Amino acid sequence: MESILEIQEQQSKLKMTPAATPSSVLNNFVPVSDDHKIIARDINAYFGKVQALKNISLSIPGNSVVAIIGPSGCGKSTFLRSINRMHEIIPGSKITGSLTLDGQDIYQMDAVMVRKRIGMVFQKPNPFPTMSIFDNVAAGLKMNGMRRKAPLKEIVEKSLRQAALWDEVKDSLSKGGTSLSGGQQQRLCIARTLAVNPEVILMDEPASALDPISTSKIEELIYELKKQYTIVIVTHNMQQAARVSDFTAFFYLGQLIEYDETKAIFTNPHLKQTEDYITGRFG
Amino acid sequence: MYSLSVLCALLALTPLALILYHTLSLGFSALNWDFFTKLPKPVGEPGGGMANAIVGTLILVGLGSLLGLPVGVFAGIYLSEMGRGKFATVLRFLTDVLNGIPSIVTGVVAYTLVVLPMKHFSAYAGGAALGILMIPTITRTTEEMMKTVPRAYREAALALGISQWKTTLRIVLRTALGGIVTGIMLALARAAGETAPLLFTSLNNRFWHTSLGQPIASLTVFIYNYGVSPFDDWIAQAWAGALVLMFLILLLSIAVRIATRSVHYER
Amino acid sequence: MTRHFEQHLQELRSRLIKMGSLAENSVNRSIQAVLNKDYELAKTIIEEDSRINEMEIEIDQSIIDALALQQPVASDLRLILAASKINNDLERIGDHGVNLAESALALRDKDLPESSLDDVKRMCQLTKRMVGDALDGFIHVDANLGEAVLLMDDSVDNLNRKITTELMEVMKSSPANIEQSLEMIRVSRNLERVADLATNIAEEVVFIAKARVVKHHAADHFSTNQNET
Repeated sequence: MESILEIQEQQSKLKMTPAATPSSVLNNFVPVSDDHKIIARDINAYFGKVQALKNISLSIPGNSVVAIIGPSGCGKSTFLRSINRMHEIIPGSKITGSLTLDGQDIYQMDAVMVRKRIGMVFQKPNPFPTMSIFDNVAAGLKMNGMRRKAPLKEIVEKSLRQAALWDEVKDSLSKGGTSLSGGQQQRLCIARTLAVNPEVILMDEPASALDPISTSKIEELIYELKKQYTIVIVTHNMQQAARVSDFTAFFYLGQLIEYDETKAIFTNPHLKQTEDYITGRFG
Repeated sequence: MYSLSVLCALLALTPLALILYHTLSLGFSALNWDFFTKLPKPVGEPGGGMANAIVGTLILVGLGSLLGLPVGVFAGIYLSEMGRGKFATVLRFLTDVLNGIPSIVTGVVAYTLVVLPMKHFSAYAGGAALGILMIPTITRTTEEMMKTVPRAYREAALALGISQWKTTLRIVLRTALGGIVTGIMLALARAAGETAPLLFTSLNNRFWHTSLGQPIASLTVFIYNYGVSPFDDWIAQAWAGALVLMFLILLLSIAVRIATRSVHYER
Repeated sequence: MTRHFEQHLQELRSRLIKMGSLAENSVNRSIQAVLNKDYELAKTIIEEDSRINEMEIEIDQSIIDALALQQPVASDLRLILAASKINNDLERIGDHGVNLAESALALRDKDLPESSLDDVKRMCQLTKRMVGDALDGFIHVDANLGEAVLLMDDSVDNLNRKITTELMEVMKSSPANIEQSLEMIRVSRNLERVADLATNIAEEVVFIAKARVVKHHAADHFSTNQNET
C-alpha cells in the first residue's frame, strides 16, 4: 500500500503535467464522437465515503476493444461495473455523472434492461453449478420467459460456436457446466453472455485465473468478437492489453491518467507516469 | 491425539448404537402386517396395530410443513438476501430464541391459539404446533445455506439481465437447495418425533379420524401411552411403533436426498 | 484457433517480399540501363526509389507494433528481428540501384570500356542471382538457398578486384578513357555492395530458418564444412 506521502507525490506529479485543464480532458487522446457506443462524462463513484472514481470521462467507439489498465485499487473494475450498473448492487455505493449507451442515459434506463444490452464476464469462471452446459447458456433467455425449445437450441449452439466451445462440448450439453476445465468454463460464461445478445461485453480480468493456453484462446476470442460487439476489458496484464485492444486507458488512484490508441500507449505514451507504469518502473 | 479423537467418536456413537440395537431387538418381534393395517385393539384383546397412528403422524407432519416450510424458507430468504439493519438482527435473535423454547411450551401456545377457540382438540392444532417448531430450524438453515452461495453466481445472474427476484429464487435458492433440504429434513424429523406438544393439541384417537378438525392419532403419543402402560403386549407395540417412526424418517430422508441429487451437478 | 498475430506476421512478410521485388527490380533494370545505355529507364528508376523508401518506413512501423504489442518469441522473434535488418538491407539495395542508374546516365554518350565488359556482365549476372536467391530463400524460408548465396559472394568480390585492376591499367595507358573507366569502377563497386547486402539477407534467411548465426566467418565455416563432406 502506498503511503500518504507517495500518494501526494503522485498527485503533485499529476498537477505538474501541462496547463491547468482537468487531467481527464487533457490526457484523453481519443476525441468524443457522437457515434461512439459508450460515452462517460465526469463519472464519480463512491463506496460510502471513499471516492473510487474521480471525474472519469471516456469515450468508447463501437466494434473496438478498449483495455483499462492500472495497478490494483486504481478504480478500473469500479469503472467497468459502473457501465452495466453492477456497481450499485453494493450497499452504500453511489455514482454521479453521465454514462450513455448509443446516446441513451444508462442511469435513466431500467437496470435489468441495461444489463441485457451490456453483458459481463467475470474474473473467475462462474457457470451456475446447478445447471447443465445447455442450461447455463440458455439461462438468461429462459429466465426472461423464453420457453420454445427450437429457437433456444439454435441460440445455444450459435453462442457456443461464437465462444469457440461448440466442438468441445456438443456431445455433452447435458453435463454439468462445472464439469468443464477452467478455460472451457470461462468460454462457457462468454457463450452465456452472448446468448442474451448484448451490444457491449464487459470483461473483468477474464483470463487472470487461466493457464497460458486458455488465456491465448480467450484473447483470440476477444479479437474475433469485436467484429460484432464492443468490448471493454479490465486487465492487470499489460501485455494482454497490448495484444487484444485497440484503445488503452490507464487508471491510477481513481483517475484516468491517459487514454489513447493502444499502439500509441505502448510505443510512445504522452505522459511519463504512463511510461513508468507500462515499462514496470512504477513507484 | 488421534486415538483420543477415535475414542470420543466411538463414545458418541455408543448411545446411538444402543438405541438402534434396543429398538430393533425389542420392536421387531412385535412387528407384523397387522401392525401396519389394523386399528388398536381394546385392552386385553391381543393383536391389533397402529395404522391410524402412522397415517396420523404423516398428516400432522404434513400440516406442520404447510405452515413451517413457506414461512421458514421465506423468512430465511429475507434474512439472507435483504436482512440488514435492526429489524433483521432482532428477527435473527428471536428465531434463535424460538429454537431454544421447549416444545411443550409450543404445545401450550397452540392449545391457547387453536384448541381453546375451537373448543376441542384437533389435527389442525397439532399441525400448528409442529409447524411453529419447524420454523426456526428452517429459517436459519435457509439463511445460512443461501449465504454460502458465492456472490459470483448472483452477479453472473444479475449481469445477464435477470431480475433480483428471479436471481434469488432460481439461481441462489436452487444452488443452496441441497443444504436447505437437509435443514428441512432435520426439522421434519424433529417434528415427527415430538410428543409433548401433541398431548395438548391433537391428543389421541384410537380410531380412524373423521376430519382434520377432530383429535388424531400419532405414533409418538401412542408410543408414550403404550410405553407407560402396564401391559406387556402394549409395551412391545410401543417398541414396534418407535422402530416404525425411525424407519419412516430414514425413508423420507433418503427419498428427498435422491430427489434433490438429480438437480445438483456439483462435483 | 489461429492467432491473429499470424496475420500480422503474414502481412509483414508479404510487405517485405513486395519491397524485395521492388529493390531487385531496381538493380536489374539499372544494370539493363547501364549495359543498353537506356536513358529513360535510368530516370524512371531514380524516380521510383521513393516508393522503396516509403515501404521501409511502413515496415519499420509494422515491426515496432509487432514488438510493442505482441511480445514475439522464438521463431516469431527471429522473423521480426531479421525482417528489421532485411528491411534496412533492401532499402540500401534500392539506393545502390539509384547509384547504378546515375552511372547509366553518366555513361550514356560514352563507349563502355571493352576490356572488362565481359567481366562486368558476369558480375551483373552473379549479383542478380544472389539478390534473387536471397529473396527466394526468404520467401520459402529455405536455408539452402541462403547458404548458396553466401558462397557466391567471394566470386563477386574477386571480379570486382579484377575489374578495378584492369580499368586502372586502362586509365594509365589511355587518359582519354579515364571518365568512362572511373564510372565503370563505380558500377563494379556498386554491384559488389549489392552482392554484400544480398549476402546479409542470406545470413538472415539462415537465421530465421535455423536460428544459426552465420555472419562474418560464414564463408570459412562453409568451406571447411564442405571439405569435410
